Amino acid sequence: MENCTIYVPKLITKKENFAPGHRACIGCGEALAVRLAFKAIGQNVIVVNATGCVEIFTSQMPYTSWRVPWIHTLFENTAAVASGIESARKAMVRKGIIEDKNTKIVAIGGDGATIDIGLQALSGAMERGHDFLYICFDNEAYMNTGIQRSSATPFGASTTTSPAGKESIGQFAWKKDMPGIAVAHNIPYVATANPSYPFDLMEKVKKGLEAKGPAYIQILSACPTGWGCAGELSVKIGRLAAKTGVFPLYEVENGKYRITVDFPKLLPITDYTGLQKRFRHLSPEMLEQIQQKVTEKYEEIKEKAEMSARCGQTGTEE
Amino acid sequence: MSKRVGIEVSIALADVVGMANTDVVAAYPITPQTHIVEHLAELVADGELDAEYIPVESEHSAMSACMGSAAAGARTFTATAGQGLELMHECLYVASAMRLPIVMAVANRALSAPISVWGDHSDVMACRDTGWIQIFTENGQEVVDIALCAFRIAEDNNVLLPTMVHLDGFHLSHVIEPIMMPEQSQVDAFLPPNKYPFFLDPARPQAMGDFAPPAIYTETKWAQEVNLQKSKETILKAWKEFAEIFGREYKPVESYRCDDAKILLLTMGSYSETAMTAIDAMREKAECENVGLLRLRLWRPFPTDELRKAIENADVLIILDRALSFGSAGGPVGMEIKSALYDVSKKPKIVNFVGGLGGRDITVGNFEELIKKGIDIAENGSENEFEIYGVRE
Repeated sequence: MENCTIYVPKLITKKENFAPGHRACIGCGEALAVRLAFKAIGQNVIVVNATGCVEIFTSQMPYTSWRVPWIHTLFENTAAVASGIESARKAMVRKGIIEDKNTKIVAIGGDGATIDIGLQALSGAMERGHDFLYICFDNEAYMNTGIQRSSATPFGASTTTSPAGKESIGQFAWKKDMPGIAVAHNIPYVATANPSYPFDLMEKVKKGLEAKGPAYIQILSACPTGWGCAGELSVKIGRLAAKTGVFPLYEVENGKYRITVDFPKLLPITDYTGLQKRFRHLSPEMLEQIQQKVTEKYEEIKEKAEMSARCGQTGTEE
Repeated sequence: MSKRVGIEVSIALADVVGMANTDVVAAYPITPQTHIVEHLAELVADGELDAEYIPVESEHSAMSACMGSAAAGARTFTATAGQGLELMHECLYVASAMRLPIVMAVANRALSAPISVWGDHSDVMACRDTGWIQIFTENGQEVVDIALCAFRIAEDNNVLLPTMVHLDGFHLSHVIEPIMMPEQSQVDAFLPPNKYPFFLDPARPQAMGDFAPPAIYTETKWAQEVNLQKSKETILKAWKEFAEIFGREYKPVESYRCDDAKILLLTMGSYSETAMTAIDAMREKAECENVGLLRLRLWRPFPTDELRKAIENADVLIILDRALSFGSAGGPVGMEIKSALYDVSKKPKIVNFVGGLGGRDITVGNFEELIKKGIDIAENGSENEFEIYGVRE
């Protein structure tokens, strides 16, 4: 990675479409992810933002961090608003009201806005096949309202509404497999990413943008405030999320799985959980249970990727 | 020349939305609004209307897609009713506050529970404070005319507010009426293309729907209120120009046989036509020769001045509400009017009835009875602030 520090500035555009000076917490992984994503997206875009951390810390009247057209309406309807914009532009281009400039529609939201309250609207928009990219910045809880659990909160994590206690292990359910749900909609592009792997992230955002039809990318965004870690650790924790297999980095292009950042041998999950206060209460038995699940899930994706690779070689799926 | 045709009101409404060259329709099926959006889907499917039809997965998404569409600068229409309007509720406030000129037909329907698909005004009264322009219609002709006016009003750059066209579910949405359908040339002369000034455009980045701290929130709401109140000027202007082209004139408060009337009945929506027949009958029978009818057409912005003028010579004002405001001092319309007349020195005695709930008919005979009862209460008083008419106890 050391060499990257020399090459990165040369390879990534200096243009900031997401301006500095916003109000995110120190070490916010989400702000970093948004910044990288919008370097890949460029300026020919209309952004639809769900209510949440990003919306709040980038848009206090009369200021904005957005150097691209941006709209926020509500919490749970972002994919539906994007549907409306996409359809409107399609109709207006066809009718000669506006010029066709291949403007992209990008909807963004947190895990709550995407995987809980906005799932219906997102499912509808994906099913209808609107040409848009949806990016979920997944910080694994309702951070904007004060670290309440969502269906994307990992098993065992202590949050303000799933607190660890004498009778509670913390979050009681396993993280909802939203990329899997997106894949089940048979959309052309689904991926996971993580700002600790900036090239991988930007590559995927570009692919999602170019896909004809709906694309879904879920970006793990470390939240020092909510996860209970030092601000300077968010990039390291992001790397460990990938290296331990807790948050595998893969893409599903037209149904074909591919692990994009693979690790022949995964690190133990305790390397990842050990740095975060939200997991501190977990017993060795609980951690072992999580380890098993993580390994199992990683193997599952790996198998799908291997099967996709084999199908690609023999051309059975083509 | 425009032709008078026998046509179902919902179909006629959809046809005129088509003639308005609407760009986007986002809608979800709900009785009794379905015929409107079904026919729009047909027009698009047959290539008669060049629009994007978004068959959304809920009314919340219908209004959300409409917000996106209007913000992108497209002429945008949807229709809903009852529960659908309530599911949109949250979005309605945002559409008006963000100045998105969406036109929506509401086939007014009762609210659950118990579930009822039939008409009353419970759905609209729950949405009266959402900041939309709201206009009531009485018959098929008005539905067609007001829908056309709604685009003109909503999209006017002095207004830029979403607009609801209210038509009573079934009693209006599902009846076949003789309607003068406009000519395309008339529509084109009356309705200029939509020129939304703030449309989302990468050439001109702007943020819409920012977060407002206490230091600025009040000012945004003040601006919204001033704008909605001021929209009446544009509404009146649009109706005047409509009359010049189409020969039919609309007013915020309509009156029927009110010139010499001392007793006024006030209604909204399709029941007004039955009420007119009742008033004719009472005058003919010489039972009550000084009775007239007021019909409140413009519900938001509330036409306070016009209403005050309309009741100047009245001794009794009998208000028929078609919705309850549970646990309050009257029906929503009754309370609103009492409030508007509180500061007027010479005002009539006000009697408030609630009736026609969940599609229950109010016949000509019922109206006659209701008026007589109203006169009696005005003279002799009543124990109650208002009365639910026709309850079988």
